[in-house]
Amino acid sequence: MTHPIPPGTRDVLPDEMRELRAITERMRARFEDAGYGEIHTPALEYEEVLRRGEERAAGARYRTFDEQGNVLALRSDMTIPIARVVATRYADVEPPLRFCYFARAWRAVDRGVGEPREFLQGGVELIGIPPPEAEAEVLALTIAALEEAGLRRHRVGIGDGSLYRRLLGALGVPAEAHPALLECLSRRDLVELDRRVAGLRLADRERELLVRLPELRGGRRVLEGADGLVGDAVHGLRALHELLEECGVGDRVIFDLGLVRQLGYYTGAVFEVYDPAVGFALGGGGRYDELLGRFGRQLPACGVALDVQRVHLAQAAEEALGG
Amino acid sequence: MDSDLAIAVPRGTIFGETLDLLDRLGIDTSEVRSNERKLLFPKAGIVTMRPSDVPTYVEHGSADIGITGKDVLLEQSQRDVYELLDLGYGHCRMVVAARESGDPIGDALRRLGRVRIATKYPRVAAAHFAETGRQAEIVEVKGSVELAPLTGLVDGIVDLTATGRTLAENRLRVVEEIGVCTARLIANPVAHKLKADQIDRIVERIRAG
Repeated sequence: MTHPIPPGTRDVLPDEMRELRAITERMRARFEDAGYGEIHTPALEYEEVLRRGEERAAGARYRTFDEQGNVLALRSDMTIPIARVVATRYADVEPPLRFCYFARAWRAVDRGVGEPREFLQGGVELIGIPPPEAEAEVLALTIAALEEAGLRRHRVGIGDGSLYRRLLGALGVPAEAHPALLECLSRRDLVELDRRVAGLRLADRERELLVRLPELRGGRRVLEGADGLVGDAVHGLRALHELLEECGVGDRVIFDLGLVRQLGYYTGAVFEVYDPAVGFALGGGGRYDELLGRFGRQLPACGVALDVQRVHLAQAAEEALGG
Repeated sequence: MDSDLAIAVPRGTIFGETLDLLDRLGIDTSEVRSNERKLLFPKAGIVTMRPSDVPTYVEHGSADIGITGKDVLLEQSQRDVYELLDLGYGHCRMVVAARESGDPIGDALRRLGRVRIATKYPRVAAAHFAETGRQAEIVEVKGSVELAPLTGLVDGIVDLTATGRTLAENRLRVVEEIGVCTARLIANPVAHKLKADQIDRIVERIRAG
């Protein structure tokens, strides 16, 4: 007889638990040292409140009812709950505010095998500081915390979540064509993107720009090569790179002008964290300047969340490589 | 060529043309050509596998880039891989086919309200019939799909055809075309960033012809 657990969930036994705990302890210590106090919020929230943060409640999928018939949802990330906390419990506190967390979150398994339904996220949120200072602080701290966790070759991809949409607007591409193009970009189906762009009424140079932009990724030279419309947009990324250089992590970042993140609340820079030992991103984040305003406290903010289990996978793989 | 990329190469109908392409890129494929049973060729950076396994290895990062048919990518659309280039070869059509005589699909829909379709591409088939507003019962088969309508198992099939000869030999005819499929170059999302230079070099050389 078997007693199954839902796919995408797992039991953690002592050996693994010890290693996970070691990773989270080291990362937490690094976050605390940098002034990021740890915070915890309820796993269950009123769905209506999560929705104030984002229409899809950041993809929260598990719902239930309380005794009064209110709809409760299992949180799908910590960013929305922390925005709620800042607007309520810290309503009168002068920014900046710095928080870290290690908490479980739940998402639907949309893509099938191997995707987690329940996962442990570790991350930081920095509230009340405009770009590019906050981005530089958060990214330098993320890189340092992963170093602390035992990774050596990790890198951060940085893009601008609204760059492509702004570019489409500036080139006068009709709004009804945007969703399909952005969908191609987010899946990086460059063949389909090429086909769709070929059908737009644009000059050859403009078409070239739309097709080539997702291929622009790499070190600082990516930003130097950009001019015209893109040049203005990457102005902010250039300033960010200078700050990261000052923090000594300039060579750990990859600028990726085609990078977009799925979550709807990002308004500026977006991040993804990689390690060459594993084939998927360890986490990500970005700037979300409108989220807090939806809870009644208009403050700029940015943050990063890492999937601790994936960090563990990368750390184990690095260890196996003798790193 | 100085590349430490791991390339997933599909054994199957596009194997030969894929090796020709790699030759043109300066990757030595002679060892691959002379070893039918060996799967892993570290010197050339090549792993060989079934075409339908290519997205699995690339998604996981066990291969940095890979080559496979668009038919495979359509069927496994949930895979998180980047599709970089249409390689042009391996030209096939994904079609709906039925017996030559009469209109078995139309008859089934009219009289029974649904059609039974055999295929190796259940997602593609289900999506096609859903998009065209017809109820379909999809029967997944692993072997020769042409057999299914001949034995009365189903009313029609969804399959890939290059020349249409196998269909004709089994007295089946194409009734609808779902799309054209060619070989594609795909990449792992992380490798696409961390090994950007090597991948771009390959993409540019293929583009240049």
